[in-house]
Amino acid sequence: MKAMAQKFNATFGADMTGPAIAFVAVIVIFGLAANNFISAATFGSVAFQLPELGLLTLAMLLPLLTGGINLSITFTANLSGLAAASVMQMYGGADASPGAFLLGVLAALATGGAAGLMTGAAIAYTRAHPILVTLSMMIFLRGLGEFLTRGGDVSGFPSFIAPIGHGSILGLPIPLLIFIACVGLWQLLLTRFKLGFGLLMVGSNIEAARYSGLNTRRILVLVYTLSGLMCAVAGVIMLARFNSVRVGHGESYLLITVLAAFLGGINPFGGFGRVLPVFVALIVLQLLSSGLNLMGANQHLATALWGVLMIVVMAARTIVSTYIASRRKKG
Amino acid sequence: MRRLILGHTTEFTLLAVMVVLCVGLSLATDRFFTISNAFDVLNVSAVNIIFAVGLLVVLISGGIDISFAVAASVVQYVTALALGALGGGNWAEGFIIAGAIGIGLGLINAALVYRLHIISIVATISTFNIFGLLMFFTKGVSIYDLPEWLTTRVVFFEREMADGSWIELTLPVVVMILCCLATWFMISRTTIGRQLYAFGDNPEGARRFGINIAAMHYISFGWMGLMAGIAGLMQAHYAEEVVPNALYGRELDVLAATVLGGARLGGGKGSVIGCVLGVLMVSITQNGLNLMGVSPFAFKMIVGAIILIAITLSSARIDKLFPFLATDSTKRKGTHQ
Repeated sequence: MKAMAQKFNATFGADMTGPAIAFVAVIVIFGLAANNFISAATFGSVAFQLPELGLLTLAMLLPLLTGGINLSITFTANLSGLAAASVMQMYGGADASPGAFLLGVLAALATGGAAGLMTGAAIAYTRAHPILVTLSMMIFLRGLGEFLTRGGDVSGFPSFIAPIGHGSILGLPIPLLIFIACVGLWQLLLTRFKLGFGLLMVGSNIEAARYSGLNTRRILVLVYTLSGLMCAVAGVIMLARFNSVRVGHGESYLLITVLAAFLGGINPFGGFGRVLPVFVALIVLQLLSSGLNLMGANQHLATALWGVLMIVVMAARTIVSTYIASRRKKG
Repeated sequence: MRRLILGHTTEFTLLAVMVVLCVGLSLATDRFFTISNAFDVLNVSAVNIIFAVGLLVVLISGGIDISFAVAASVVQYVTALALGALGGGNWAEGFIIAGAIGIGLGLINAALVYRLHIISIVATISTFNIFGLLMFFTKGVSIYDLPEWLTTRVVFFEREMADGSWIELTLPVVVMILCCLATWFMISRTTIGRQLYAFGDNPEGARRFGINIAAMHYISFGWMGLMAGIAGLMQAHYAEEVVPNALYGRELDVLAATVLGGARLGGGKGSVIGCVLGVLMVSITQNGLNLMGVSPFAFKMIVGAIILIAITLSSARIDKLFPFLATDSTKRKGTHQ
């Protein structure tokens, strides 16, 4: 048993334990409770619903790793989607050409990046608490979006963008592929790039990082800019999935993304965490909500259970770590 | 006087900004600077101020609470049902039931934070989702059939002004003032209050000093729960209905206003007056924009921009933004910040 645990830790890392146990538990419980749970349909629905929440969680992930948080992700995504939509509207709405769509995506990325850049600069240069800066940014962006759309939604896009939200390649949904590509990108960033290393250092001790010669301001600005860019990707996917843009779409995901990241073993104080456990945690959350859907419960119950799951995992971590500590003391 | 100002920089800065704002708005519109408008602003912001002073106590003790607005919704709903079951009830019963349920929900948070060592933001985001079960159990159905005493407006003082407008001192405002006074008394005139500040500033130091850490958690979250309960009841009284998701989304707005008023995330700092000013500043801006005839869609944008600028400016130090202006002594201080 002990050897198995060690092997597991060596292969996947200790922070994978929580999500992996939760994953197995959810599959077993729902597999027994609902006989049609383990089916292609369930996994299909998970695969299509996962990317929105997943991309937003990736956007939340980097700031969390630096010991900060980005509460403006959902509205940055909305506003980026809005930018893409208005570019397409300018070039003929439903008759827009693929070129106009590309231009729209660029506009979305520019909007998301700009919002992230502003947030990052405010945090890096004033040292105000990230919760505050991103919270006021969130209120501002929500207001801006509502002002621009008058609270309504923007729709009427060319039909060729629908596959980005609903299509499949070789049986794999396109949004899922985009999401997996982004997960790969973040994994690469955190493990192979100077910025990834630097942001983890900033998260564990910003002063020490500064004294070691890291340009902490530059790192913070880049982190929030990347977070904004990831929001833009999420915004475009949401645009394609709903075939409309509405300020407030995905608003309820905001706190769930924090939950998913912590469930995936991200240290709440920053500095430690990996992408893959978060990916598994996201799958667990989505499986939970799809399973409940299948059993006829609604999203509100699923959201509440997400909260319960979070508390159970966090409590288990505390209990296990105090147990280990007490054993060490005795030994 | 000098010491008073230096000791309460945030509050005085905020006050100064508010005075400038009020003068500007009075010049821009003639209806802003009237007593009846001042009372309107108070009536509108009463519920948020009650939330804010509760949140203040949690922030001072070094925690954070995301779940209070949803908790208040739960309180509203359960209180309305309980009063129905009691066959009507009265104000005293309403306050006792709402307060007790609020405290109970607050203690759940405290237990998660203290017993299970879950950090408060994670614990309260989880309970935010769990209290959301309200939407599941109620299926989103509102209660309009409230007891008559609860929906009748209680006016303590009213008077018709010379220009024909009415000033009214309503129950939510009176309750708000009482909540502020009670919170002020607790955090600045009792031993418990001093201990809360000490605990928020340095938990480990406070523990070694012999402060009861468990009590600090239960008191701060319990107080937040009590305030959330009272605010929930006031909101039901004000809106004359109970809508299960009416208060959703308030938590972040109240948090922003409270921190704008000088409470520090991370604990040990904050005052009731600052927190009241923070909420009022947001309400005054909205009220002023409204009177100036600005499109309501632009409100939040402008309010957000103002909060963003205020928070950025209050955290930024001139010498940090422009290093070449810094003198030696400020530089030395700056590195230790």
